[in-house]
Amino acid sequence: MRAMVYRGPYKIRVEEKDVPPIEHPNDAIVRVTRAAICGSDLHLYHGMMPDTRVGMTFGHEFVGVVEEVGSSVERLQPGDRVMVPFNVYCGSCYFCARGLYSNCHNVNPNATAVGGIYGYSHTCGGYDGGQAEYVRVPFADVGPMKIPEWLDDDDAVLFTDALATGYFGAQLGDIKEGDVVVVFGAGPVGLFAARSAWLMGAGRVIVIDHLEYRLEMARTFAYAETYNFAEYDDIVVHMKRITDFLGADVAIDAVGAEADGNLTQHVTTTQFKLQGGSPVAVNWAIDSVRKGGTVSIMGAYGPLFSAVKLGDAVNKGLTLRMNQCPVKRQWPRLLEHVRDGHIKPSDIVTHRIPLDQVTEGYHIFSAKLDGCIKPLIVPSGN
Amino acid sequence: MPYTAEKPTQTPTSDELRARIPGWGADLDPADRPSVPRERFDPAASGAHWEFPERQPEKWPRERSVEHQFLTPVFGTGQPLHGVSGKIRRLAYERYSEGRAAHWLLLIAGDRVDAFGSHLRSFLTLRPDNPITETGVAAEFRHHGVASRRGTRRVDLPHQLLDPIVVAGPWLVWMGAAFMAARKVLRATSGTARRRGRDERGAPRRAARD
Repeated sequence: MRAMVYRGPYKIRVEEKDVPPIEHPNDAIVRVTRAAICGSDLHLYHGMMPDTRVGMTFGHEFVGVVEEVGSSVERLQPGDRVMVPFNVYCGSCYFCARGLYSNCHNVNPNATAVGGIYGYSHTCGGYDGGQAEYVRVPFADVGPMKIPEWLDDDDAVLFTDALATGYFGAQLGDIKEGDVVVVFGAGPVGLFAARSAWLMGAGRVIVIDHLEYRLEMARTFAYAETYNFAEYDDIVVHMKRITDFLGADVAIDAVGAEADGNLTQHVTTTQFKLQGGSPVAVNWAIDSVRKGGTVSIMGAYGPLFSAVKLGDAVNKGLTLRMNQCPVKRQWPRLLEHVRDGHIKPSDIVTHRIPLDQVTEGYHIFSAKLDGCIKPLIVPSGN
Repeated sequence: MPYTAEKPTQTPTSDELRARIPGWGADLDPADRPSVPRERFDPAASGAHWEFPERQPEKWPRERSVEHQFLTPVFGTGQPLHGVSGKIRRLAYERYSEGRAAHWLLLIAGDRVDAFGSHLRSFLTLRPDNPITETGVAAEFRHHGVASRRGTRRVDLPHQLLDPIVVAGPWLVWMGAAFMAARKVLRATSGTARRRGRDERGAPRRAARD
């Protein structure tokens, strides 16, 4: 089969690999019909995630058709069209039993601090991902779900991470009616977080970025008030000014490890790997939110330390909430929202890239060319 | 102002927002939010039909965090440890917990050794690594590389200039080192030849001078 393969920092290519075999009785093999490149894939692509091995296939956002199932699989059969959460999880450990599917303890021997994630380094379990023609899906009775007939693949693939994570991020903000919510980052997760904040009753939703075309999407797709931080000497002071010097009630970091806004922080992180992630966005969130407010961190960070301003967070009495999204827990409610017309996930898709051109797809997304917001990968090339 | 009791910022009324934004307030009640409360004990909800999963066969010694009591019942099987990078990574897993910076720094070191060794090995194959096709940099010409950056206030442009250095830098260092080593060998070889030539022409040997 053809698969995207990592060759080292900033280098990938398409290779022929063996179709993955069934390794466990509850495995399924899924033929991928749509995958996506996530902003967090860029952290792997840039060599920031420890134990990212040459030969790994990335891709934790994918949907497809079940090709083969293991002997103990009861809920799926070959031919089923399924969407697969980015979390690999067992459904039965201490954490899964409490709904913390992203924190499963039975799927990642390489680390206890993070669960299993498809195509996201050996630090996240060493599972090859879905930017390929076929992928192994462990615990087929737990993670995947049959896609409703009315939902097309371009919408369904966004349920597997970006949509669910943005929606989860808004929930962690504990938004109350009339709250002022500021979202840092107008990428896919930030756009969905901003849109979700309205669902939870926000009175004002503000989105911050430096890419004008993404801010335009935040205005049209997420109905947000937007500010380009590159136009302000100090975006934190501006946030205070536009909130009558109170600060936002809720701040959501939807940027993560490669946050721009401070060249030193970015270069020490992305280029020289001296921090687990650039803390610019999370520090802006801490400083922009009002005392007693809530900061929700949805950006992905590496396991090394980052220079986060904990003193400000303590002194302001903030609530910091964060986690990888337990994706499948969000799906029933999100399906209702999409079916009811509250949100159309694929409105943010800007590029559909054949698998054979995935190398250029990564560069387009990484360098922010061509108005790229969300690139999908089409293994069949159609 | 926050200097008095009332919340200063005025926001549109709920009715105005409901009329303008699809679905506004649909999840206003926390009971409609699927991750509220964050932890909800319900082992039957996941679909798992086991108390503890059947164990996946361990076909080679699988590395694991020292913070795990045992190998997890299911794990990824891609890219087993191998070579020098494998030794570095195994040391990271066997010696240091996830709480130690040494664990992660060793893993990053293993990544760099893995990448460099793989690049070298690729030159022994029919498909050597190609920095043009594998970085996708040709997209700059096909997907508006200049226009995407011109006339904007993008702040990522300065560090994008560093990307080629990150990609090519290690190669340049190694190529420089190889050049210096080759030059040293050539000079040593030609020096030996010159001395041998002088010997053959009857020039006095240093030992003879002494």
